Amino acid sequence: MYSEQVMDHFMNPRNVGEIENPDGVGEVGNARCGDIMKVFMKIENDIIVDVKFKTFGCGAAIATSSMSTELIKGKTVDEALRVTNKKVTEALGGLPPVKLHCSVLAEEAIKAAIEDYKNKQAEKQTADSI
Amino acid sequence: MGHSVYLDHASTTYTKPEVLKEMLPYFTDLYGNPSSVHRYGREARKALDQARERTAAALNADPNEIYFTGSGTEADNWAVKGTALANSKKGNHIITSSIEHHAVLYTCKYLERNGFEVTYLPVDEYGLVDPEQVRNAITDKTILVSVMAANNEIGTIQPIGEIGAIAREKGILFHTDAVQAVGSIPIDVKEMNIDLLSLSAHKFYGPKGAGALYMRKGVKSEQIMHGGAQERNRRAGTENLPAIVGLGKAIELAVTDIPQRNARLEALRNRLIDGILSTVENTRLNGHPIKRLAGNVNFSFEFIEGEALLLSLDIKGIAGSSGSACTSGSLDPSHVLLAIGLSHEIAHGSLRLTLGDRNTEEDIDYVLEVLPEVVQRLREMSPLFNQNKGGRTYV
Repeated sequence: MYSEQVMDHFMNPRNVGEIENPDGVGEVGNARCGDIMKVFMKIENDIIVDVKFKTFGCGAAIATSSMSTELIKGKTVDEALRVTNKKVTEALGGLPPVKLHCSVLAEEAIKAAIEDYKNKQAEKQTADSI
Repeated sequence: MGHSVYLDHASTTYTKPEVLKEMLPYFTDLYGNPSSVHRYGREARKALDQARERTAAALNADPNEIYFTGSGTEADNWAVKGTALANSKKGNHIITSSIEHHAVLYTCKYLERNGFEVTYLPVDEYGLVDPEQVRNAITDKTILVSVMAANNEIGTIQPIGEIGAIAREKGILFHTDAVQAVGSIPIDVKEMNIDLLSLSAHKFYGPKGAGALYMRKGVKSEQIMHGGAQERNRRAGTENLPAIVGLGKAIELAVTDIPQRNARLEALRNRLIDGILSTVENTRLNGHPIKRLAGNVNFSFEFIEGEALLLSLDIKGIAGSSGSACTSGSLDPSHVLLAIGLSHEIAHGSLRLTLGDRNTEEDIDYVLEVLPEVVQRLREMSPLFNQNKGGRTYV
């Protein structure tokens, strides 16, 4: 039911873990539905220099977390925001229809982490200007 | 590498070689239609009759109380819909449990949309139905009580004898879905006051595509399948004779040595349960510790999700199943695990391992070697798991 790429990213997930003092953190999903993705980012000059994830979920949830973090690593924040669930799914060689929501979750987790980063930046600027 | 451990016998079993051997001639040589008048038909009829006798003997029923179906699901549908329709003038109330197989539950939901009322009895933390709750739920409109003999997910064995006695005392039909129970617990339809009973061959080392409904003589039931005189005018459709022959042989084998087979399976099962409990933390056994099917093991592992667990085990050659939503195609985890009081989160992390006659101690030891590592790997990836604290409280 899963492609080779999905199985590879499930068995050998890239970027698993946490980042201490991250510049952005995004957590989406909930345990009730059986999926939680938490993404940590280190961002320097608007470039995502490091990204890690932790995921509670099925094989597809873990694989999409792994692939989406791979796709945004080293990219600018704007580039990362253009990584859609469709791109993640394509990079994984497709997903079963019932698992497409996992790729949506991956996109949302990245967006949430970037939003967190932007909020923190805005706070900093406000603090600096005061 | 090279390990291959099948622990999903509650989903389906292999067909025993001696069962297959009896089936084979009915594909190639004895292929007649049991309804035909000629010699080919008569030979087929003879085999059909023998299968019916064997099935009846296994349940202490009469052969003319056995009706073959295409599956256990069909038998459940027929039992519930057939009796509901035939007795609707008497009443429109059905009592069942909240942990039935969907073949019964969804049939009840269908009937609810068509004017029937259904009481879904709760179960306790072990998945047991309280017979007194059955008694208390009975109204003057009740026409059917349907409670499974043993649960397919958590293996809990229900007090069907007691429930049957209550239903009989009140003059209400009692159906039991015995799909998981046949061959695992002794069943006597007379002693247990069972009016209808569903079974399925592929759960007790017979082939897929054959089930049966026991219907006590005199039970009023409507036909579900129309269009032929098969099964004494009650279930139309040419009989799947090779599979029915297989059902007959398989059920004969399944009920002959229950105590010995159970003793072996229980020893393996307990080795697995004890092994998991002693090597994996934050784990709970689902179902009753004693009143459970000899081959059933069901665990919840906190902080991880069942499908990921199944995939990981599959890669290591271990075949199991899960009540996680991701394995069911819906967003909700198993209704059985929710009914015994598990939170959604814990229910998502469930693993069912069901043992069969070919499993060995080596199989169990291999699982015990692999499972803790697999659980640990997934936990380390989980945001719910905190290694220092052993876990965090769910959000």
